[in-house]
Amino acid sequence: MSIELGHFALILAFAIAVVSTVGGYTFWRSGQRIALVLSQGAVLQFVLVAVAFAALIQAFIASDFSLLLAASNSHSLKPLIFKISGVWGNHEGSMVLWIFILVAFGAMVAAFGRRLPGDLLALVLATQSLLTAAFAGFTLFTSNPFARLIPAPIEGNDLNPVLQDIGLAIHPPLLYAGYVGFSICFSFAIAALISGRIDQAWARWVRPWAMLSWTFLTLGIAMGSYWAYYELGWGGWWFWDPVENASFMPWLAGTALLHSALVMEKRNALKIWTIFLSIITFSLSLLGTFLVRSGILTSVHTFASDPTRGLVILALLALVIGGAFFLFAMRASTLRQGGLFAPVSREGALIINNLFLATAVGAVLVGTLYPLLLDALVGTSISVGAPFFNLTFGALMAPLLLVLPFGPLLAWKRADVVGAAQRLIGAAALAIFCTILISALGGVSISLAPLGLLLGFWVAFGAFAELVERSRIGRMPLGESIRRLVGLPRTVWSTALAHFGMGVTVLGIVATTAWETELVTTLNPGETAELSGYTIDFDSFGQQPGPNYMADEARFTITAPGGSTRQTLADRRTYVATGMPTTEAAIETYGFSQLYLQLGEPLNDTHVVRIWHKPYITLIWFGAILMALAGVISLTDRRVRVGAPRRAAKLASEPA
Amino acid sequence: MSMPSAIRKKGWSRKQKRLALIAGLALVLALATTLVLVALRDQIVFFYSPSDVIAREVAAGQPIRLGGLVKDGSWIRDGQDNSFVVTDGAQEVAARYSGILPDLFREGQGVVAEGSLGPDGSFIATNVLAKHDENYIPKEVVDALKASGEWRPEAGQ
Repeated sequence: MSIELGHFALILAFAIAVVSTVGGYTFWRSGQRIALVLSQGAVLQFVLVAVAFAALIQAFIASDFSLLLAASNSHSLKPLIFKISGVWGNHEGSMVLWIFILVAFGAMVAAFGRRLPGDLLALVLATQSLLTAAFAGFTLFTSNPFARLIPAPIEGNDLNPVLQDIGLAIHPPLLYAGYVGFSICFSFAIAALISGRIDQAWARWVRPWAMLSWTFLTLGIAMGSYWAYYELGWGGWWFWDPVENASFMPWLAGTALLHSALVMEKRNALKIWTIFLSIITFSLSLLGTFLVRSGILTSVHTFASDPTRGLVILALLALVIGGAFFLFAMRASTLRQGGLFAPVSREGALIINNLFLATAVGAVLVGTLYPLLLDALVGTSISVGAPFFNLTFGALMAPLLLVLPFGPLLAWKRADVVGAAQRLIGAAALAIFCTILISALGGVSISLAPLGLLLGFWVAFGAFAELVERSRIGRMPLGESIRRLVGLPRTVWSTALAHFGMGVTVLGIVATTAWETELVTTLNPGETAELSGYTIDFDSFGQQPGPNYMADEARFTITAPGGSTRQTLADRRTYVATGMPTTEAAIETYGFSQLYLQLGEPLNDTHVVRIWHKPYITLIWFGAILMALAGVISLTDRRVRVGAPRRAAKLASEPA
Repeated sequence: MSMPSAIRKKGWSRKQKRLALIAGLALVLALATTLVLVALRDQIVFFYSPSDVIAREVAAGQPIRLGGLVKDGSWIRDGQDNSFVVTDGAQEVAARYSGILPDLFREGQGVVAEGSLGPDGSFIATNVLAKHDENYIPKEVVDALKASGEWRPEAGQ
């Protein structure tokens, strides 16, 4: 019964979205009155989709296998958390999650957008409703999650074992929140194009949404990377796989958007470009969510592909993206540019940022789609892998990282690059010192490693230059400096922390790439292996039943170079319902480094064990968490918290 | 922050600023395009079925992706060393891999391996690609099987 209720709720939400779209686009000129109606419509859509989503979750928890989706993707013996996360571990359910987050963002705009001009709010909500209608319609008509199965089977088919992991509970919701959040920026861009009005206030309203989505996306990608790292057992953390690229491109574009919106907010420049980025970022998000499901790209991460829906998906993408760009082409020339500046200035630095990030998006896009095009046009199958991306993406990022610390130190309009360089001497000296020290200690195994380290340290230390400068540390009594430091706007802290996090991630990438060691060997209980100073004793091997699987468990004792010992467990599970095996690696963290043990299939009582030592690998994700934290700090800044001030009122109050 | 711009009193004219911006843009774009083209020429890896490998006389040492089915009864393990035969029904290539194969590596199932041919004509895999579920057969493998007439979608795939 509740399933039909959920189905009906989703249909109703779809209907309301259609009405809101038509009404919003028709009557947006009547301002507040229509905006009020659309706001209520947005909240209603949210409530209805929440009911639909809850109905699915309830059916999964209760193991109601008369629901086709539950019968194909769940199992009564599964732990509760995996029953819930199993709802979105498939195409239909993940569509509902996607729509749920979409309407949640719509309701948030309705709730926080009361200060927006009525016509703008109406257009934003109409565009959100259009997206809801499109994707709810797609779900209802081509991938109905509420389909019944009669007669109901006694037991479900179980979820793909690889997905039975806490990662599925965290990674897709975060990633989708990131993807979908950019729909708000997209809707604001469409609203600006239709109404023909765009000013600094627009950027001020959009930037918090971009920041929020970017924060979610950063966490989502980092979580996905860590999940793939520990679950798939390849020992790698990034594979330049199409699905990964699909999530990475919106992140790059979103990062560019954050920076260009800053220029627009402070200096009223780069308007057309910011609108363009808003559209492109969400378009890439859509590409990320749906291209991999259309079945035209192959990827190891594909889990919900169905080629029969491919055409519908592509048509939908073409409609949304193509429509937006058509509107952009028609209207962009009517927007007036403002805010002159010298090439050497904060604006100039942010343009360099945008230039390199946008070019990097282009390079990744080419690498991701080129095999597809070649296959379609020439019929040759090729794969574009890590070497391509390392060369192109790496070469584009290096100059960006090199100039990154200068950005926050340059003044708006016209800046003094020599002065900025002087203030970075300390950071440069520290970076060179650390690089030489580590290269001397670690030995240089890859010729580019010292260069990478230097860049990482340079970005990390350089991030603090603005804090040092503005607190006048060393040039004032310490107490006064600390008072100044505490009194700095949170956005300054946020910038420093985000850039520091970037440096930390770069350091992690370089260190683990340059100094990783690996050992593949046969090992039996009682035997010992050694790697990078760690001693690994294979203690015992046995079988252990889990809730819905049987596990072959291998117990190891690891002795660290310092002499401390730890017990750890690597296992191979065979799932009862599907007979599918998975490998759970044993991962032990020492400081920022990790020891990674993977167990092979036993043969005649001998075991193959693969052991990696990954120095400083956790810095990669730690840096991403710092970046996300910076996003949160920025969102708590007073100027965001207080809400958007009246349009134009802030023009004069701008500090240079 | 109020940095006096004492260094350049005169400032750039509007035209010069725009020119500098466009020159900068053009430079980065040119750099990126060159990089992408060079990388596309040198860094891509072709996907071959066993028939392709034999028909094209792929040179030893050239990195390729080899895809097909793991031939029944061909998988031999000795410690961490594995050898198996990749077939597309028409032709076969012997392959070797040292390490732990993905969980779903099975005889009769699809496989994609990265590596290159050794001097003796057998394939030395550096990486055997994992996949997420047992029903998934890489699209390239399906195409290769269709090309050799060995595609049987009903046969448990």
